[in-house]
Amino acid sequence: MNLKLKIWRQKNSTAKGKIVDYEVNEISSDMSFLEMLDVLNADLTEKGKEPVSFDHDCREGICGSCSLQINGRPHGPDGAITTCQLHMRKFKDGDSIVIEPFRAKAFPIVKDLIIDRSAFDRVQHAGAFVSVNTSGNTQDANATPINKVDADYAFDAASCIGCGACVAACKNASAMLFVSAKVSQYALLPQGQVEREKRVTDMVSQMDEEGFGACTNTGACEIECPKGISITNIARMNREFIGSNLK
Amino acid sequence: MSFLLSSIGKKVTMSLSAFFLISFLLLHVAINFLSVVSGDMYNEASHFMGTNPIIQFIMQPILIFGVLFHFTMGFVLEYQNKNARPVGYVMKNDKRSSSWLSRNMIFSGLVIFAFLGLHFYDFWVPEMQYKYIEFKPPNEHRYFSELVHKFEDPIRVGFYTLSFILLMMHLLHGFQSAFQSLGVNNKFTPTIKKTAWAFSVVVPMTFVFIALFHFIKH
Repeated sequence: MNLKLKIWRQKNSTAKGKIVDYEVNEISSDMSFLEMLDVLNADLTEKGKEPVSFDHDCREGICGSCSLQINGRPHGPDGAITTCQLHMRKFKDGDSIVIEPFRAKAFPIVKDLIIDRSAFDRVQHAGAFVSVNTSGNTQDANATPINKVDADYAFDAASCIGCGACVAACKNASAMLFVSAKVSQYALLPQGQVEREKRVTDMVSQMDEEGFGACTNTGACEIECPKGISITNIARMNREFIGSNLK
Repeated sequence: MSFLLSSIGKKVTMSLSAFFLISFLLLHVAINFLSVVSGDMYNEASHFMGTNPIIQFIMQPILIFGVLFHFTMGFVLEYQNKNARPVGYVMKNDKRSSSWLSRNMIFSGLVIFAFLGLHFYDFWVPEMQYKYIEFKPPNEHRYFSELVHKFEDPIRVGFYTLSFILLMMHLLHGFQSAFQSLGVNNKFTPTIKKTAWAFSVVVPMTFVFIALFHFIKH
């Protein structure tokens, strides 16, 4: 298939960006979206032009690097997948595709489609950890019985890959789904109880400091999340935050 | 203080003020509906509300504070949220992931705020003038005739109807959303959503019915 691409090009974090039109031809419907961009970049390189910079790593939906806003939606038109899992069969010959970086004050553009998501790292550093004895006599994790329901909820929350689609989808560029998933995965487990109250206050404080917006409960984040993280985690984080501040 | 300055703290205060305003709305519609049933009953209830010192000097200032707080905090949050994405998308396709109502609370809120200005001008300001500026003697029979008089104007009734449609839209997202902001999302959530939906439609439409009833009848 032949496609028209409208891609955000920006030289660096301070330069003014703009949409640039490209055309790619003979794209196979079996290709992934990133492979289609590889074809474009090979063509641009052959012509001596600057290839389009975009983030990617595992290309199997685990690392969360390949975060692109495709035709107005994070990770494109399909549901519950990352950009690398998006196949070109979702598009038709002659389609026009708009490709932009995820946009948020807390995710500054580095170049073209690459954004700096270190704000997520700093939020995690603020509290997404547990204190364990690493002196050599660490207890086996399976020695602590955990309720199956709690374990399942914790696992669901832990499946967040930190891609930033929740921020990209939210009209307020809110990171509440990401932060709540990280808060929940520890709050639900016995190992996470020691830092429970401090964790939620520190992580929310860091989240606010990074400049993310507040949650308006539109639910767009959970719809666009490639891992299906539920907004019930946001409610849990709100409870945790209210509870920790009442004490 | 840090709680109130946090993004979650602000949403919690928005929710609590919303619940307070929703409870007031229920009381207001119940009293207004009396005007459809009986003018005397409406006069009696209005006279009680207008002369009871607890309602006048404690509940009324709390209500005014609640309204102003909810609107002010709404604008503060909107401003902060807009700042969180200073450069917008060239293309944004929200239709599949969220409802129009949930994305446009600030616009429905603005129309409701404009309506409250008219409502205060129509009812509250004359009431304050009657009681505390002109010091007229209490007249427990005036309320019904004042109400009917206001609903004679088709332009006022039209704006009144439009405002309550916007209030319905605001409540359709806001009521159930307030529970989520307070951390309530559990097995009762489907029931809460259905109840909130019913309230959000029935209460504003009852206000509209009352206005149209008096406009047509008188």
